[in-house]
Amino acid sequence: MEKQRYNISVFTENTIGILNRLTIIFTRRHINIDSITASETELKDVYRYTIVLRETELQVRKVVAQLEKQVDVLKAFYHCDTDIVYQELALMKVRMDENRMTELEQIIRRHNARLLSVSPAYAVFELTGHEEAINHIVADLDTFDLLEFARSGRVAVTKPMKTLEAFINELV
Amino acid sequence: METQRITGAEAVMKCLQSENISTIFGYPGGAIMPIYDALYDYQETIRHILVRHEQGAVHAAQGFARAGGHTGVVFATSGPGATNLITGLADALIDSTPLVCITGQVASHLLGTDAFQETDVIGISMPVTKWNIQVTRAEDIASALAKAFYIAASGRPGPVLVDITKDAQFGLTDFHYEPCTEIRSYRPVPVPDVELLAEAAALINNAQKPYLLVGQGILLSQAEERLLQFAEKTGIPVASTLLGLGAFPADHSLYVGYLGMHGNYAPNLLTNECDVLIAVGMRFDDRVTGDVSRYAKQAKVIHIDIDASELNKIIPATVAVHADANRALELLFDLVNENQHGQWLQQFRDLEAVERAEVIEPAVFPDREKLNMARVVNELSTWNKQHQDLIVVTDVGQHQMITSRYFSYLNARTNITSGGLGTMGFALPAAIGASLARPDKTVVAIIGDGGFQMTIQELGTILQHGLSVKIIILNNHFLGMVRQWQQLFFDRRYSFTEIVNPDFVTIVSGYRIPAQQVDAGHAFSQALETLLRTEGSAFLECVVEREENVFPMIETGASVAEIRLN
Repeated sequence: MEKQRYNISVFTENTIGILNRLTIIFTRRHINIDSITASETELKDVYRYTIVLRETELQVRKVVAQLEKQVDVLKAFYHCDTDIVYQELALMKVRMDENRMTELEQIIRRHNARLLSVSPAYAVFELTGHEEAINHIVADLDTFDLLEFARSGRVAVTKPMKTLEAFINELV
Repeated sequence: METQRITGAEAVMKCLQSENISTIFGYPGGAIMPIYDALYDYQETIRHILVRHEQGAVHAAQGFARAGGHTGVVFATSGPGATNLITGLADALIDSTPLVCITGQVASHLLGTDAFQETDVIGISMPVTKWNIQVTRAEDIASALAKAFYIAASGRPGPVLVDITKDAQFGLTDFHYEPCTEIRSYRPVPVPDVELLAEAAALINNAQKPYLLVGQGILLSQAEERLLQFAEKTGIPVASTLLGLGAFPADHSLYVGYLGMHGNYAPNLLTNECDVLIAVGMRFDDRVTGDVSRYAKQAKVIHIDIDASELNKIIPATVAVHADANRALELLFDLVNENQHGQWLQQFRDLEAVERAEVIEPAVFPDREKLNMARVVNELSTWNKQHQDLIVVTDVGQHQMITSRYFSYLNARTNITSGGLGTMGFALPAAIGASLARPDKTVVAIIGDGGFQMTIQELGTILQHGLSVKIIILNNHFLGMVRQWQQLFFDRRYSFTEIVNPDFVTIVSGYRIPAQQVDAGHAFSQALETLLRTEGSAFLECVVEREENVFPMIETGASVAEIRLN
């Protein structure tokens, strides 16, 4: 079975240590997590973890079963990239170079990046998009002095229409 | 609702009382002193067994839970007290044993400061508990313990750890106990899918060679009676996993034996000849399946388990039913036809005759004077057929496999062993727990000379509490199972498996337990009789053949069909 990229969504109660309970399931099986993000969902006190990894579907299915087995996990799903709408966010801090202002402006425009903060010493701008889009702007900035670079993990919502609330109502 | 203001420590005791806890296994220490102080006032109603090491406490609680069917409770202090529980927690998790372990923790303002006897027990125990929680306020103790008891015993049971900081134990709280009956994110009792059960029934009704594999799930869901009815109605042969032994009476005409690496010949071999495999409350452990790519490939597989993550984990199921074994068998019973499978059953009996002639007879009736393991177990089993009063607790290794092979388990919860984790040192403390859970039974611990010395200090627990455990040591002066593997697969290079033992009789006598040693076959029956008829605890060291091997055997990587008789 071929490895491919999967997105695991885990919905949990808001308890101390739950992130650890989730990640040890991957550690134990020697599975590397490419990215992980967490936030509160549309439902108060329900948290969503989006975990991106490369694995076989069989292994992902077993991992999801293990995730769902945890007492404080409400529900876990997995999707391939085509079944979700997803974004990542990157922040870039670039040293100001008076001689290359036009060039920098062109890069920002071409990638639809957004300028957040400017000082005589540096500029900070953001780009949201797929991983590849962020990789492209980083490549274009190659000859600039990139002082700091930070990117988020993937956040995603699924294309199927069933709401989280519907799943949770089924639980009680 | 009426409430009363008490300390967190007393709240712990009141919670235990509300959960009808009669017995605690524990060891005091600095961070759990307030709870022990509260316990002092509850000695009339709650019995505390002072062990000699926290690992002993958790194994004893396991034995208590497995023999009695109740949740085992453990007290331990912070730091080393808590870390000493880890092996037992791992054992209880993999063998689905309900435990609630309460650990003391340093005061909450000291968390994360490397305070004296502080350890991150929540982090350390997370992979080996079904659930755990740290409580830092007295008012949260009751709800945490209510959840703990609910989670430990419901669904697929398992160990739970509740870590209580010292300030929470000292703190005052209004106490009111509400048992937990529901957690939003946790559904322990699945509703079986009736369509899947109908599909399963259709497969069973059309099968020519159906085969039932049963595991501890039968015992945990108290489905022994339903299993019996189901098997008798359908006429399907029944085989058992290691932890399932006792779930189906070994003397029943449909019982065909014990599965796995050192199991019986027929049940392993015919796994690859059945046409419908019905696995109930078992998880296709690698010791059962051998090479999974050559396991029951010809069969349609019906897998019934309460833990959804076990379904399609190892063996893909044709029909996977997420259900409690008892409920599933109840529903299936009405859907299956009365049937008999005489010819199919005869195949098992024919192979059994081969195993009997080639392995069993020479083992249990040896033509040598020197005592051997199978003979010991066989005579014990003969005693039990007459008296039906034994609970047999085994440790890990050759003696465990020999016992599983040669002891006929006739009743539920009479087999207690460390299966999934294979924890040497399990048996002595587990037998202590079993003896407290079932004072009406005679508890016999069969232990190797290696494993005995891993928790030998628990003889002190037996002494202090006047407990009744019959201990049989099968002493071959080797770490026998590893030695067997070295002989078979490592060119007889006996790397550190020979063991120089102390004089066990002297040591055990020091704990004031009547002790005897036997090494000759002719003297054994009398020695066993003496052991079993002694009031209270007694000890029998059987000096057995040094290099006896356990057969049949399915080698690592081999198929169940390649089980070898010698």
